[in-house]
This record gives sequence, structure tokens and C-alpha cells, in this order.
Amino acid sequence: MPKLIIDGNEHDVPDGITLIQACGLVGVEIPRFCFHERLSIAGNCRMCLVEVVGMPKPIASCAMSVSDLRPSPDGTPPTINTKSETTRRAQEGTMEFLLVNHPLDCPICDQGGECDLQDQAMAYGFNAGRFKDNKRAVEDKYLGPLIKTAMTRCIHCTRCVRFMTEVAGVPELGLIGRGEDAEITSYLEHGLHSNLSANVVDLCPVGALTSKPYAFQARPWELTKTPSIDIMDAVGSAIRVDSRGKEVLRILPRINDAVNEEWISDKARHVWDGLRSQRLDRPYIRKDGKLSPCSWDEAIAAIAERVKGADGAKFGAIAGDLAAAEEMFALKTLADQLGSPNIDCRQDGSKFDPGLGRATYLFNTSINRIEEADAVLLVGSDPRVEAPVLNSRIRKRWKQLDGKLPVGLIGSDVDLTYPYVRLGAGPETLADIANGKHDFAKTLTEAKKPMVILGPPAMARPDGYEILSLAAKVATGVGALDDGWNGFNILHAAAARVAGLDLGFVPGKNGLGTTDMIAAAGRGDLDVLYLLGADEIDMSALGETFVIYQGSHGDNGAHRADVILPGAAYTEKESTYANTEGRVQMTARAIFPPGDAREDWSIVKAVSDAIGKSLPFGTLQELRGKMYASAPQLAQLDTFGAAQESSVAKMAEHAAKPSDEPFGIAIDDYYLTNAIARASAIMASLSAMGADAEKATGTDG
Amino acid sequence: MSVRRLAAEQPDDFVFTPENLEWAQATVQKYPEGRQASAVIPLLWRAQVQNGGWVSEPALRYVAEMLGMAYIRVYEIVTFYTMFNLQPVGRYYVQVCGTTPCMLNGSEDLKEACRKHIGPKDTVSDDGKFSWTEVECLGACVNAPMVQINKYYYEDLTEESLGKIIERLRKGESVPPGPQDGRQGCAPKSGPNTLIDSSIYGADKSGPEPGYAGTSDSKAKMPGPY
Repeated sequence: MPKLIIDGNEHDVPDGITLIQACGLVGVEIPRFCFHERLSIAGNCRMCLVEVVGMPKPIASCAMSVSDLRPSPDGTPPTINTKSETTRRAQEGTMEFLLVNHPLDCPICDQGGECDLQDQAMAYGFNAGRFKDNKRAVEDKYLGPLIKTAMTRCIHCTRCVRFMTEVAGVPELGLIGRGEDAEITSYLEHGLHSNLSANVVDLCPVGALTSKPYAFQARPWELTKTPSIDIMDAVGSAIRVDSRGKEVLRILPRINDAVNEEWISDKARHVWDGLRSQRLDRPYIRKDGKLSPCSWDEAIAAIAERVKGADGAKFGAIAGDLAAAEEMFALKTLADQLGSPNIDCRQDGSKFDPGLGRATYLFNTSINRIEEADAVLLVGSDPRVEAPVLNSRIRKRWKQLDGKLPVGLIGSDVDLTYPYVRLGAGPETLADIANGKHDFAKTLTEAKKPMVILGPPAMARPDGYEILSLAAKVATGVGALDDGWNGFNILHAAAARVAGLDLGFVPGKNGLGTTDMIAAAGRGDLDVLYLLGADEIDMSALGETFVIYQGSHGDNGAHRADVILPGAAYTEKESTYANTEGRVQMTARAIFPPGDAREDWSIVKAVSDAIGKSLPFGTLQELRGKMYASAPQLAQLDTFGAAQESSVAKMAEHAAKPSDEPFGIAIDDYYLTNAIARASAIMASLSAMGADAEKATGTDG
Repeated sequence: MSVRRLAAEQPDDFVFTPENLEWAQATVQKYPEGRQASAVIPLLWRAQVQNGGWVSEPALRYVAEMLGMAYIRVYEIVTFYTMFNLQPVGRYYVQVCGTTPCMLNGSEDLKEACRKHIGPKDTVSDDGKFSWTEVECLGACVNAPMVQINKYYYEDLTEESLGKIIERLRKGESVPPGPQDGRQGCAPKSGPNTLIDSSIYGADKSGPEPGYAGTSDSKAKMPGPY
């Protein structure tokens, strides 16, 4: 623990950190532009200069390690003055140079009000500029539909370049030219092919890279900021929803080191325009084959007429990928009261069984502890698409180990942004590893903390349970389950899935699962099918069944529905989600649902009242009380609780006989996975850009 | 210097000739495993030589792929180093030194000669034989003003002598490089003024003549393509 004297006070600071971090630890703020704790050190903005006593010149505190400073000859620890005349003059000089070429267009700049340069110029700048010549001007660059550029404002901190290269793993941004002619650009100005690219907008300390869809929409001080949780994937990234009046204007990441650090995917960030379009803002009822608007009373009366007195076994309910725990619990309770065992939250047909224990369907290692792993086996998973932020964690670990993290993949050939060995295409390779016949089994056995990660394509198939138990056999066989380390991981792609499994939203005794329900509906064996935001099933196969669709967006489900009940989206209700690790988090209400739309649990409650099987709760608090009683783990908010490992070991005992079918791809188009994203024009443009890129690689070959 | 961009018109393709490819593979081998990117500058230089004095976009991609680098990383390098030409150059590429000692000794006149005999700066002459640009110090200040034509230095120039050189090269003649005013190397212009007393030299007359500074290959300094 080196000792330092910072501004006259002696401190012990951890070994190996930099001066700027040491100052931060003891509460002394140093201005900076290029330095960022999660990126490599560049040392090129010079804003963090401080005086170190004994040094002939000011020192860039971001690039100087505390361990490299020596005490003075008389034994006094290294002395840093951050408020001295020397430091102040150095900072003012740097700031004056930075402002030489920075345009004075703050009034028309979107960064205004949240601009590091603006703030630091006020706090550390010189009172006037002495530069009288013309400022330089730089051509703006095209960086895709998310990033608006005003490159004249760029101060060449290279944070964006480092982010794309190091964290996103897509080296497409660079600093070309030199000196005054330096410019940030992508190669030949194509859009950035990364689903984390919009994070560079947050990283940019000036207004050079701003959000294109949000351009000129609002000033930061006009916005109401609501901390919430993202549900575009099952990672549960911490987000901040910025809204004004009735509209969400943007979504930004919040720092949560345990989950998303400070990154979010482009879909999480830019799906907000989908919250405005294609919304179901009033109930609809199908009359003479056509959907027509109606009142809540009419819609619910129509449902009551069909459901009242119907045979419980002919009622089915499917919960979609975005459903929150509260409404799933309400719908499950309703189905119970109707005597129906036909409920399923696994609309992709995956074969999880909550009865086997929580560890059989969670990402048990936890996202945070990916940084301890020393070997990774991906089974039918493409984490870059299923959970971009989680993939960047694996990449981070790969970088921490200097590229020596062995990664094996069984499944489709994909780009993970880090190198991997493709071991095979289907279950037979997994079986080889389980039997120790494959070389990679040795790698996993030798690793101290191996991880096995199963993606949706591995489970969402008829023999999903066989694959699961085979993977559990691999995990137990290679010692992935001991000493407090659980290396058996399920990577979900749907935000609703884990909470649904926790609640037991799966078929009861003799109940029908998703596939069986669809088949039954097609045969005419199902009278009523209740879709809770379930859009990703084959609507054309539902036959003559009476379909109730409850959800926020007019998507596949609403098109097929006989009655539409308009619900709230995740920014419009306070609701519970469990991420793929089983971490339970809550969204917050930033705005109100549009029109007549209502919070989802209250819709189910109203339906139950009309049927005459009233749910045993009248408020959200009462609902939660009942829900926590039936699934206590959902009450453990914002914590990661390790699940019982023994259930994985038990599952491993099953003699698995999977088919030879190779693993497919879960997500065809990352940007169009759910109803909100499909309603978003921004997502559509990103999807089009991706399709163009694929075409280009096809012909360039 | 100004903003540098890739040329608007690009060839369709670039591949190393077999000799260059062999040389390139040997060059890459010089660096440790995983550090192939260290060979990027030599390879780009060879590509520029093969490509007639400029780096084309296909050549850039070719080198990047050969070394497993992202295109943008190679793009950063070719735009950073001004010795990589991104626009086509003439068969004879005249680089006029415009830094202070040359400027004081008349490099402005040399630029005038270039404008007269070749055309505007950074454009290839109509016959495709010449282009010229201004560069920073080429390190021959003692023989200022000077130009570099392809690999060779032409020194102690005047507007007239440079004009003559250009015209002779245009006719396909070979012009010996070095000082163009009869000066010996970078010896004083007024002739030797030290060690001129012949009595200090011994009787041994073996070895080269005094003042001999060339190589044994009389053609080595001849201008020509790269």
C-alpha cells in the first residue's frame, strides 16, 4: 500500500492504481476527457495534469501509477498537489488548447447541459481564449443510424475508438490522419456493425457523437429521469428512462457492476420509439371477422361470455417474452381458479422444469463471476446476439487472460468478437464431451472454474431436456460444480422466462405446453387461448379458438386475436422481472400507458371479476404479498442468490438420448425479437443495415 | 499537410507479385508469433512500390488481411505517415523540400519550375510521367535547395537546372543525381579550404582518388522507377 500525500493529507492507496484513481478514492476530483476506468489508458487529452513535487513538469495523472512514484530523499511520501498554481496553470493551458479548435456552438449542440467539456471549461478553464485565427472544420462522418456526428467538436480523446476495439470487439473506428488533421472515422464510413455501438455516444465527452434519433428532442434538464430495468434481453441491464410528458425520449444505461457495468445494447437503448407506435390504446373486439374498437366493458363481457362455465381443460394461457411476474402470477391464479392446467411461459418450446430446482434454469455462475472463469463451453449459444452485454463480459475475461481463455462452441458458426474453437454442430459433440471422449473435455477438466453455457437453441427443441441433462452431465463431469463455483449456466433470451419459471407458469398435471396448446387449438380441442403478450408463436395454427390477446403492441398476437386487451409496456408499470441469473429487479413507471391501456395485472383481475372467479387480491401490494408467498425468491430484490447445485447433479443422472439434430440459431434478426422492437423504426433501420452488410459480405466473399 | 483521403478512383484488385509475396512472408516471419502486425509498414511500402508509388484501397485491404489486422488499423497507418501516397503519382515523383534552409535558398523557385514543367502540385502530368509535391525537410540542408525524384536526391538546384532535369527525364535520358552545380558532394562550394597542402599526404598513392565518394556500381545512383 503506497503512501501518498494528496493536497496536504497523507493517504494509503492500493498498489498499482493510477494517480487519477487514487485521487478519486480520497475524494479529490481531477478533470479528465480521455481517461475512462473501463477502457485502456490513452493519456492523450492532458487534462488530468497534476503537480508532483520533485517532478520537473506536471504529470498526466491518468498514466502515472502510484507504484512508480518514489518518496523524496528525506522520506516524505510522494506529494501531489491538485490545487496548486502549477496544476491550475497546466489545466488552464490544456483547456485553452482544447478550445482552440472546439466550436462555440453549445446553444445548438445536443450535448449541452451534460457536456464534460462545458462543465470542465467552467471549473478548470481560463477566463478567455487568446486564439484569434480560424478554427479548423472537419467533415462529418456517417456512423450508422444511431450515431450523429459533428466531428468539428471532436477533441480526439479516442474513447470511442478504444470502446469499439476493446469492449465491443468490433475494431471499426479509428483515428486517421495526424496532428490538426486527425479525424475519427470508420473504414470508408460504413455504419458500425456492433449491437453495443451506441455506447460511444455516452462515452463521448463532447458533442461530437450524439444520439441520432434523439437529435434536437430535448435538453437534459427538461427530462424526468426514472431508474429502471431493461427487458429487451434476459440480462436485466440497469437503465434510466428519460421522459417528458407522455413520451419516453431516450434510454440511458445506469451503472450496475454486477450486471451490465455501464453498457447497454443498442436495442435496450433505442427501442424507445417503438413505445410510441403500434400501441394498443383501447380494447378491440372481433365482429364479423374484423377487429373494431370497443369499451372495456364490452371487451370483458365478451370474454366472460366465452369463459364462464367453460371447461377448464379447454382454457389455455401462454405468457410472452416481455411479461412481468405480477401479471403472470395473476394469470396463473386465474387459470388455477378455472381449473385449467394449461399454462406455459415457454413460448419458444424450451424444456425447463421448475420442479427440478432453480439451478436447472439459471445462469448460476452469475454475470459478475464470468471474470473468474478459465474455460468456457458454449452449447447452441450465440451470446453476442442473445445477450450482447454478457458477451462483452466474456470478452473482457478473454482480454484479462491475454487471449488465453479457451472457448469452445457447439452450434452454428457465429462471430463472438473473440476467438473460439467450433467443436461441433450438434448434441453428439456434447455427448462426446460428456463421455470424456473429446479433447475439450480435458481442457474443461483442467480448468479450475469452467463454465458451460446453454443458449436458447439448445433447449427450445423437442429433446431440450435431454440436452439439458447432457450438459449437466458435462458440468458435473468436469468439476464445474464445487467449492462454491457453479459452472452450469442457462442463458435465456427472454426477460420474462426466469420469473415465469420461478412462478411455476408451466403446465400442471396433464396440462398442455405451448406446442400442445397450439396443436389442440388447431384441432379445435381448446376453446379459449389467453395470450399474455405472446407474439412469437404460430398464429395461423390456432384454428377457430377464441383468442384473447393482452399486450401493449399490435403485433402478431393482436392480429389474430378475437378480443384485444391493451396493456402497459415496461416503462409504464412497476413490475418485477428476474434476469437470467435469477436476480430479481423491478422496473419503474416513467410514463402512463397510452389511452385506455391499463396495467396488466389489473386487466386479469377485471377479467376474473367478470367471470365470477375473482382473484384473491385487490391491490398490487396484495398481489405481491401472495406472489412472494408462492415464490419467495421473487422477494429478494436486486440480489444474486446462488441456487442449490444438487439439482444440477441430479439432472445429470438422467440417461440422455438426444437426437442428432444440429443446434440452430435462436435469433434471426437481433433487432426484431419482440413486439416493441418490431414497432420501432430505429430497430427497423438497424435491421436493414445489418441485412445490407450481410449482402455485402456475400458478394465480396 | 492537409486532410488525406483515399483516391476517388481505385483499381479493382491488388496482389503481390510472387517475388514480393515471398519477400513479404519472410518479413512477417521476422516478428514473434502473434505480432505479425509489426510488419505492416514494410509491407505497405512494398505494396506502394509495386503499385507505382501509391497505396490503393485494395492494396490496403490486401495487407490488412495478410496480417490479420482490421482495415481501419491499416487505414490509420497510411493516413498518418505521409510517405504513403494515397493518390496516384507520376512515374517520376518529385518531392520538393520546402523547409526553412531550402526555402531560404530558393525552393520557391523550384516549385515554380515544377508548376511550369509538370503542372499543379499533387496532380499527375498529362503524359503520366511526373507529379510533384512539397515535403518537409529531407535532411540535405547543406545542399539546399534540393528535390528527391523517386529514390534520388538532386541538390544545389536552380529553377533552370531543375527544369532541365525534368525535361531530360521526360525524354528518357538518365540524369546523374547529386549536386547539379558541379560541387563535389557536400564539400564547400568554394572548393576545398582545409587539408589542401599536398605535403601532408604521404607518398602512398594507392587507394581511391581524393574526393571519390561513389560506389563501385556506376549505375546505382541512376534515377528510374522504384
